[in-house]
Amino acid sequence: MTSLLATEDLTIRFGGLTAVDGFCLKVHEGELFGLIGPNGAGKTTVFNMLTGVYLPSEGTVHCDGRLVNGMNPVQVARLGVSRTFQNIRLFDELSVLENAMTGAHQHSKINLFDSLFRTPRHYREEKRQRDIAYRLLEFMGLEDRAGLAAKQLPYGHRRKLEIARALATEPKLICLDEPAAGMNTGEKAELSALIRKIRDELKVTVLLIEHDMKLVMGICERIQVLDYGKTIALGTPKEIQNDPKVIEAYLGGE
Amino acid sequence: MGRMIGILVVSLAVVLGVNWFLDSYIDQYVVRVINMCGISIILAVSLNVINGLCGQFSLGHAGFMAIGAYVSAWFTTTLRYFDEAQAKYVAIEPMFSSQWGFVPALIVGGIAAAIAGAVVGIPTLRLKGDYLAIATLGFGEIVTIMITNFETIGGANGLPGLPAYSNTFWIFAFVVIVVMFSWYLQRSTFGRALIAIRENELAAEVMGISASRMKVMAFIYGAFFAGIAGGLLGHLLQTISPATFNFMKSIEVVVMLVLGGLGSMTGAIVGAIVLTALPEALRDVESEIGLVGVRMVAYALVLILLMIFRPQGIFGQKELSLKLLGRLIPGRKSGNAGGEE
Repeated sequence: MTSLLATEDLTIRFGGLTAVDGFCLKVHEGELFGLIGPNGAGKTTVFNMLTGVYLPSEGTVHCDGRLVNGMNPVQVARLGVSRTFQNIRLFDELSVLENAMTGAHQHSKINLFDSLFRTPRHYREEKRQRDIAYRLLEFMGLEDRAGLAAKQLPYGHRRKLEIARALATEPKLICLDEPAAGMNTGEKAELSALIRKIRDELKVTVLLIEHDMKLVMGICERIQVLDYGKTIALGTPKEIQNDPKVIEAYLGGE
Repeated sequence: MGRMIGILVVSLAVVLGVNWFLDSYIDQYVVRVINMCGISIILAVSLNVINGLCGQFSLGHAGFMAIGAYVSAWFTTTLRYFDEAQAKYVAIEPMFSSQWGFVPALIVGGIAAAIAGAVVGIPTLRLKGDYLAIATLGFGEIVTIMITNFETIGGANGLPGLPAYSNTFWIFAFVVIVVMFSWYLQRSTFGRALIAIRENELAAEVMGISASRMKVMAFIYGAFFAGIAGGLLGHLLQTISPATFNFMKSIEVVVMLVLGGLGSMTGAIVGAIVLTALPEALRDVESEIGLVGVRMVAYALVLILLMIFRPQGIFGQKELSLKLLGRLIPGRKSGNAGGEE
């Protein structure tokens, strides 16, 4: 199996603090991969390095065989890596549909003059973006809210809209940063099914950060555990559950 | 595109009709105020793309205007300068010496301003909020100081003798164009990208929207029309000086935007009309009650009251539309008003 995303000895330091230390990750194409760890373990920092938000101090990130280090977020997005945020970052003043449409912007080939002079290319592009956005809103079960402003959505739907927007970039890999945070049991079950559907139906590889053990164990094929910036375990959910180091990290040692 | 040309042709015909009507029946002073309103609309709507949509707080609009005004004047006006060798004033005949040269001159002025917009936009990309405001303010000052020290175009004394080419038709023709283009821009993938950057720059970048490209685009777009407005103003006033384009002019345009609602194009139009016409309307009140200066007090009072009771501006970020008007009529509830949650 080829690995879609591979990092080697990824390290980042903020002043004296080494937030992530020698992090190695291999995510295969079509996999549902979980990255877990206690609070402050450096999971989100890893995401920020993968998507070009932070520049790693050391180590490399390869995506689809191409070096990602030194790319800015825009270039990483063009490469086919999309993400959501732990603290939801939607475009509040835009409508739900328009939020999803912004994801499709990067593949547009029109220039400003097409839009200013309303050429046929402009209308084709609008239709393309609307079609993609509607399809994904439908996929996430938000199609009947397409006309609302994003800020009017309830919390659970905001999470889903963020995923829809990320999927609209037509990524190869989607990184979900704690998508189930703040959701109730019913919503979590629905979300698990959706995440599985993203992988099975849209053929997008999923890299998931999550606190909810039940959710991660239920859907991920492989899990890597991070603690204080270091990998402490890697394996199937079953192996992870029985790993003494993981239990110690989560429950505390003697 | 066909529809766009249709709208343009019809609007221009209407503007031509209005121009004829105003010229024949209406007092010249009123026409003058209407023309100034038109120029303000161009300024406010173009600044709205930078400040309102893209959320980049720019105070350099007067600088772009000055560039547009002086560059277009360069092409239409007889320039005089003192030649040391001959010890007398030498006149340079303008490149475009007929009315037909007016629009090309305006467009060249606009392009010059747009280039300046790119020049300002690129190095200031890293700046946000107050810092960007200060940098653009500095740009405006640099422009006026350069003009002050440039003798051929009049220096500090200003440049007199611009031909009176601006009239209601040309001003409102450009109002139609800037309003139409800005509306189309707002409702396109580029408009959404600009708003996305305003709402959350990091998320926009992660979605593959290049914030730097879009910001420079917004600056170029806004500066182009500011340059056109400058050229129109120059050929209306017939005398331009660096003081016409000092930073108070920039502030004035920003105030128009804030009054109408930052991010709302229709708000910008209303703000521009109110703040241009209000001081003139108050002038009559002033002379009637015989209290000179009351005009500026009232003007300031309007702004203070607005900031207290409606800090988001008259329209907020909404656009004035028939649907919105329908909702304002009491006792009528619009069916698709959001917020059912």
